[in-house]
Amino acid sequence: MRIALENFTKTFGETTVIDNMSLTIDSGEMLALLGPSGCGKSTTLFAVCGIHRMDGGRLLFGERDVTTLPSQQRNVGVVFQNYALYPHMTVHENIAFPLKVRRENRADIARKVEKIAGLVQIGELMARRPAQLSGGQQQRVALARALVREPDILLLDEPLANLDAKLRLEMRSEIRRIQQETGITAVLVTHDQVEAMSMCDRIAIMNRGEIVQLSSPSEMYDNPSSDFVAGFLGNPPIAFLDGTTEEGGFRLANSRVTLPIPSNLAIAGSGVPMRLGVRPEFFQPGNPLKVTGKVSFVEIQGREELYDVTLENGAVLRSIQPHGGNHKLGDEVTWGIAQDRILAFGPDGSRL
Amino acid sequence: MRPNFRIWPILVLLSILSLPLVLMYFYLVVDTVTDTTAGSLLPDRFTLEHWKFLFEKPETGRASIWPVTANTFLFASSTSLIVVMISLTAGYALSRLNMPFRKFFLGGILTLHAFPTVTLIIAIFLMLQMSGLYNTLIGVILVKTALELPLGIWIMKGFYDTVPWEIEMAGITDGASRFTVWWKLVLPQVQPGIAALALFSFLEAWKEFILPQVLAPSGASQVLATYLQNTIMDDRKPDFNLFKSIGLFYALPVILIYVVFNRKLMNIYGGGTKG
Repeated sequence: MRIALENFTKTFGETTVIDNMSLTIDSGEMLALLGPSGCGKSTTLFAVCGIHRMDGGRLLFGERDVTTLPSQQRNVGVVFQNYALYPHMTVHENIAFPLKVRRENRADIARKVEKIAGLVQIGELMARRPAQLSGGQQQRVALARALVREPDILLLDEPLANLDAKLRLEMRSEIRRIQQETGITAVLVTHDQVEAMSMCDRIAIMNRGEIVQLSSPSEMYDNPSSDFVAGFLGNPPIAFLDGTTEEGGFRLANSRVTLPIPSNLAIAGSGVPMRLGVRPEFFQPGNPLKVTGKVSFVEIQGREELYDVTLENGAVLRSIQPHGGNHKLGDEVTWGIAQDRILAFGPDGSRL
Repeated sequence: MRPNFRIWPILVLLSILSLPLVLMYFYLVVDTVTDTTAGSLLPDRFTLEHWKFLFEKPETGRASIWPVTANTFLFASSTSLIVVMISLTAGYALSRLNMPFRKFFLGGILTLHAFPTVTLIIAIFLMLQMSGLYNTLIGVILVKTALELPLGIWIMKGFYDTVPWEIEMAGITDGASRFTVWWKLVLPQVQPGIAALALFSFLEAWKEFILPQVLAPSGASQVLATYLQNTIMDDRKPDFNLFKSIGLFYALPVILIYVVFNRKLMNIYGGGTKG
């Protein structure tokens, strides 16, 4: 079902957390709300599920205006960060609870619970209590409970934050599989860019209560609208070079090094402050646009090696290279930047 | 594992310090089934005579023990029941609901709890007399309940505070009403608190002496505490063995409750954290 937030505003006391935000989630789409903590992504989620009252704007589920409806009548399924399973009930009772509350008949409940338990693959755990389950199993139960009454929208609040690294990987693809099999519209709230990029159709990246950019993961990675977005996506993160434009080029701050300005940019005049962003995969020994610096940090990651190269003026570029480069800390290296992949940002951080 | 200090000196010290108490309890039990010549430490003979009060009225025209026991039981259990019911709802309101004057209520509860009961007794006496509840069991129950409530509400609030908000949010988004969430999802989480508070207020009422003594002194609404006091008050030759037997009889339920439920009772001091 298509979900639309129109001019959503939320205040807590005197502070306005979210001001006039609009967002549309297409039917069957999985959308990530991504951002640093305190950016308002959870607030948005709680407004959609009806736990927070909206201070302004409208919320539409399909054509239905649910802005003032209490949570109970909205038909949303929520998976909380700590799963919020009911500790005194068995897995079966947990999943059946939303149906029991709606007074569905016994046979229907049993059938639906069994079906959904099969989907999330916890059929053999039905008699256990939450305390007897592992983190991943609890997560599956929470998903099953949120999905069992076929909600209009599934909301996931940092669902993977409490899992260890290996399980996180497994549940990432599991949640995506379940979402696609049920075809449900879903919103994932996360501060982890890898989760957002790998699980979702589109990402809404938020900062200070605003949606900074809304697009598909690869589009957002290749074409960030600001240095904030560019810095948020990508691991290892992008490196920034500060400097000013001058006749026919870009001069790095506090140095004589100049780089040609990317050809696709039309820069007017010289002396304009500017910021260049270079992703680690585009700073490689083989590229043409050479810069020289000292290796100041080495991280062996097995398949790959990550280097920090400190330039003459103190700016740091990152490079990620296949295993076997064998560069040592303190080595002087001259590597190249892929010129057409440089991202340029203006003084206010917006993309040029 | 070797402890990093010697245990036996502490054991010896504690044993010596608690010896008088242990001896007193020992004699309390022994004296109820023996006769001892005045001045002697050792009992002369075994007898069950002191327990006759269980089967017949003691002399000097006093009431039989059983109606009095029934009174005490009624007093303690009604107090416990009402305290639990009110604390459960009031504690939830204070812990969760965004109600006006919340701070004021919380402060007020603590103040009331710290207030010494005895100073209120004359005012309460007058109020009961005006409302016609003087010398009735109901009157004593109401007063005792009111005095126990601050602690009960405060304790239940503490237990509610440990229940994660998300459980309630999950219940709401699952479609349950606020009441269903409280009844079906939250109450089971504070169940240890309910048990502890019920037992605790039962014991508090069971041992209450001042209130029944002042507010329901005579006849039909007598409880064991006042009955016990009467056995030595108005006698010209006090029967201390009878006094001890009734005392032991009076203490038995308390001991029993402590033995059976001591883990649950300890919860009340833990503030609801799971051990």
